[in-house]
Amino acid sequence: MNIQFRESSEAASPLTAKTAIADCDIHPARATRTELYPYLAKRWQHHLEIYGVHAYQGMMEGPPYPKAQPNASRRDAYPPEGGPQGSSLSFMQTQHLDPNNVQLGVLNPLNAGQGIRNHELSAALCSAINDWQIDKWTSKDKRLKASIVVGNEDGLSAAAEIRERAGDKNFVQVLLLSRNVEPLGQRRYWPIYQAAEEAGLPVGVHAFGFGGNPITPSGWPSYYIEEMVGHSQCQQSALASLVLEGVFERFPKLKMVMIEAGFGWAPSLAWRLDKAWQRLRSEVPHVKRPPSEYIREQVWWTTQPMEDPERREDLFDVIKWIGWDRLLFATDYPHWDYDEPSRVLPPGVSDANREAFYLGNARKLYGID
Amino acid sequence: MARHVIAPVDELPPGTRKFLEIDGRPIAVFNIKGEYFGLLNRCPHQGAALCEGPLIGLAQSKDPGEIEYTKLGEIIRCPWHGWEFDVRTGQSYCDPRRFRVKAYPAHVEPGANVVKGPYVAETIPVRVESDYVVVEL
Ligand code: FES
Repeated sequence: MNIQFRESSEAASPLTAKTAIADCDIHPARATRTELYPYLAKRWQHHLEIYGVHAYQGMMEGPPYPKAQPNASRRDAYPPEGGPQGSSLSFMQTQHLDPNNVQLGVLNPLNAGQGIRNHELSAALCSAINDWQIDKWTSKDKRLKASIVVGNEDGLSAAAEIRERAGDKNFVQVLLLSRNVEPLGQRRYWPIYQAAEEAGLPVGVHAFGFGGNPITPSGWPSYYIEEMVGHSQCQQSALASLVLEGVFERFPKLKMVMIEAGFGWAPSLAWRLDKAWQRLRSEVPHVKRPPSEYIREQVWWTTQPMEDPERREDLFDVIKWIGWDRLLFATDYPHWDYDEPSRVLPPGVSDANREAFYLGNARKLYGID
Repeated sequence: MARHVIAPVDELPPGTRKFLEIDGRPIAVFNIKGEYFGLLNRCPHQGAALCEGPLIGLAQSKDPGEIEYTKLGEIIRCPWHGWEFDVRTGQSYCDPRRFRVKAYPAHVEPGANVVKGPYVAETIPVRVESDYVVVEL
């Protein structure tokens, strides 16, 4: 073992007064395998012990690509009391929320019961993780807000879970993942959009999920790095599906948040969609306006991972197309591609845009004053 | 260049590192196979405490399919985004032209020298009969 840790990792962040921020992608983890049991009926506890979970991707346990650092997490984010990175509220507070002046933190639990073949088990686990988010996180730290985790492959039970949580101030969005059994615009997912729209909650689409399809459009790649960049390809096809199946047309008040898949590709996807739509409009007459209009009106983007072009003007050009009012700052804490708030935005941004980027847009979107 | 006594040698055996703050700067001193190296403990990328990362080797490849793994235990991998730096020189391997972490010379001095010389021992009581790891900055 050649790793040693200093006692206080949080010293890495200078403790000077920092700009107040919203962090729109924080990943809380379970400290133990059985931490959800208090929220799960005995029937499902026993089921888990006897059968485990059955994911859509075949013949393997866990994600198909082993993650770096490990657990895809910062090496310095192990809580001092033990357990995986992201499993301790007090350590999250001292390492991240306090020193970075996080005023609003949106929790996005992963591996939380979504995308499991047994839909009843999936629904039970998702409901359990939602209870757990309140008990362990949002009720203990008012800065934190939860995402409603749903068993997305069964639109009806997902919608039921959303309706049950609607109006509960602990929750600020519905969480989906980008890799599913089918592209996200398909009808099976519509009950989710309907329930979210009724509840006035944005739907976040976070990278990952394992729907059983190859992880890139050209098949299974060899390396984790290919999976990493594949997230933007996946998010592009999800977004195209949402537009072209008519989800935005059918649910005009629906707000979608693209989480952790970059945004540099947004303009070119929209330009290509617009061009194709001009020629093929009659195939999808339910798409009444140019695709770019739906995207610019109904889609928000979290920043981490931000593209990092050599010329920062290139980044500003992309942001100008997207709109400074559409970006939501995110660190992805405690994951290893974490963005340090004070280092992420290049100089040359007006004060108003900075404030919107770091805090204002998120407050508005999630309805937090 | 001021010299700082940072530990008696037996407190920093091979494979270990020590973290300290000197003149307000976070520093880490490594003992790698009996040689000593000092690095600024701040990653030039986004500022992580770089030296808390694991010490790994350097994977290089001349051709796809051929992998050479050298400098075992001499490459520090940042605990945040995994950028790799050579502990001996502070050189970055992803972008050596733009990034480097400040390296500070470190070595061992006998107690007699340290007691006489221009050394600053902030927390370590220095005795003539031991040897000490000294870093210069
Ligand atoms: S802060 Fe060290 S690699 Fe990013």
